[in-house]
Amino acid sequence: MSLIVISGCVRVTLHPMGSIERPPLSARPRQGRLLGGVCAGLEPVLGVPVGLVRFGFLLAALAGGVGIAAYVAGVVLLPEVEGPPAPTRRRDPIELAAIGLILGGGFLLCRASGLWVSDVVAFPGVAAAAGVALVWGRAPERTAILAGRGGPLRIAIGVTLVVGGGIAFLAATGDVGALGRSLALGAVIVVGLLLMGGPAVGRLVGALRSERRQRIRSEERSEISAHLHDSVLQTLALIQVRAGDDREVQRLARRQERELRSWLQGRSPDSAATTVASLVGSMVAEIEDDHAVRVELVVVGDAPLDDRLWALALAGREAVQNAAHHAGVASVDVYLEVEPQQAALFVRDRGRGFDPASVDPDRRGLVDSIRGRMTRAGGRAEVRSALGEGTEVELTVPRAP
Amino acid sequence: MSRPRVVVVDDHQLFRSGVRAELGASVEVVADAGTVDAAIAAIEVHRPDVVLVDVHMPDGGGAAVIRRVHRDHPDTRFLALSVSDAPEDVIATIRAGARGYVTKTISGVDLADAVRRVAGGDAVFSPRLAGFVLDAFADGGGLAAGVDPELDQLTPREREVLRLIARGYAYKEVARRLTLSVKTIETHVSSVLRKLQLSSRHELTRWANDRKLL
Repeated sequence: MSLIVISGCVRVTLHPMGSIERPPLSARPRQGRLLGGVCAGLEPVLGVPVGLVRFGFLLAALAGGVGIAAYVAGVVLLPEVEGPPAPTRRRDPIELAAIGLILGGGFLLCRASGLWVSDVVAFPGVAAAAGVALVWGRAPERTAILAGRGGPLRIAIGVTLVVGGGIAFLAATGDVGALGRSLALGAVIVVGLLLMGGPAVGRLVGALRSERRQRIRSEERSEISAHLHDSVLQTLALIQVRAGDDREVQRLARRQERELRSWLQGRSPDSAATTVASLVGSMVAEIEDDHAVRVELVVVGDAPLDDRLWALALAGREAVQNAAHHAGVASVDVYLEVEPQQAALFVRDRGRGFDPASVDPDRRGLVDSIRGRMTRAGGRAEVRSALGEGTEVELTVPRAP
Repeated sequence: MSRPRVVVVDDHQLFRSGVRAELGASVEVVADAGTVDAAIAAIEVHRPDVVLVDVHMPDGGGAAVIRRVHRDHPDTRFLALSVSDAPEDVIATIRAGARGYVTKTISGVDLADAVRRVAGGDAVFSPRLAGFVLDAFADGGGLAAGVDPELDQLTPREREVLRLIARGYAYKEVARRLTLSVKTIETHVSSVLRKLQLSSRHELTRWANDRKLL
């Protein structure tokens, strides 16, 4: 019998867990616990499913109350922490069998050495404990007992063990004939209670559920109000302060609008651009901020960024900046179209325009830089403009095959 | 043409009076309303040429007004106004029967222009709406069976027109660029609007729904 224990111990120690990453010292989590959280806290340390830990404690409790004392000690000694228990390293089946051997061996050892209540109590108790561990073991939350692999089957086996244990206990202590009658009596009482208390329980459950919904709603509301406070109210205050400065007010309002839109759409404003549309979008936003100009961006299609699309977006940024700088307009239209064969970006303003034949060198340079960028990327740039008629820059790149 | 008579429907009082002021003298605002029911009552009484409707209102929004009025007065024309540029809202409002869609940041002059255009039976496509249509009607490779080419596809010319509108061209500029008459451009745009309203192309709904999740 001691042999069983020893072989189990050898198997477990030969296969040390977490030799590199030591598991955290045990603590009692507030979530995922049944009683004091001692078993749940020991789960990551022992690397044993919490159900088995609970089973072990129950066994020890039967063995002269040792388990109860250990549990109370655990509650006193282990600190309580927020959050669910730390993730557990799952042991393989052989290890689980080994742990089973330790527990079983310990059980028999206790019995042999006299630290024992009596067979009549112990064996049904073990069966019932195994059943309980089976039902609650895998459930991360007390409410979610049906979750997890093989939920219904696990619960059926667990309930059978518990009921079987109970019947075995009754059969061993009293006469079985009386058992039938008491079962019938119990059933009658249960049905009666259900009839009387059922509706009340139903109402209670309904009330609890609606209270829960209410709470979620009020949490959402407070999150939204926190956000509005940080952003919209802040901006409105700034706008009131800057009421005389049209450009600044426009800039503030536009930035706030953009930010609120992206928040409403569940996008985070800081996430790095991974597609050409999002890159152009963030570049356009920057220009709007710097130049107090409104950029109407229309996008058709999208694609992950590659070298050519990067070049397209950067050249496009120069073109938009150019328009914001020189055209003398309040708004610029940008149209990005990504097709399978090519991508195109159009930047159009209705500003003062220029005569392409006689441009000032300052502007010439910018146009050349845009054109150079596009040529290097295998694309082309076209600039259409006439004095007083605005400017349109057309940029195209072929898509990589 | 005489001044078009307009009813403004929006749940924000501030916005309604703003629109009244912006539209100025070229358009006659005969009434405004803040709810779907008040809007329907006002439209019954005044029989306006054009109804400016907000896409988002507490009790169903522009689409609800359009659907209910269209039953009895199919000749009333609607122009949708919104701060939202969420594709599913835009597409839903157009499909309910609006003849155009503009965002609330539009200038007073442009808005009056759009109202006159809608009153004259034309469609008003903002650059963004043109972009949505191009995206929704994009040919994603082979066409599925059961697609009606009359309704479910854009002609190359329509595509060309929409692309120019998306680039920020006004109808007049599109006409000059393509050396067509403004009337022809208006015909193309109206035909696109019809397709947008009547197409059963399932990509349209799927496309709008996909964008909703972004």
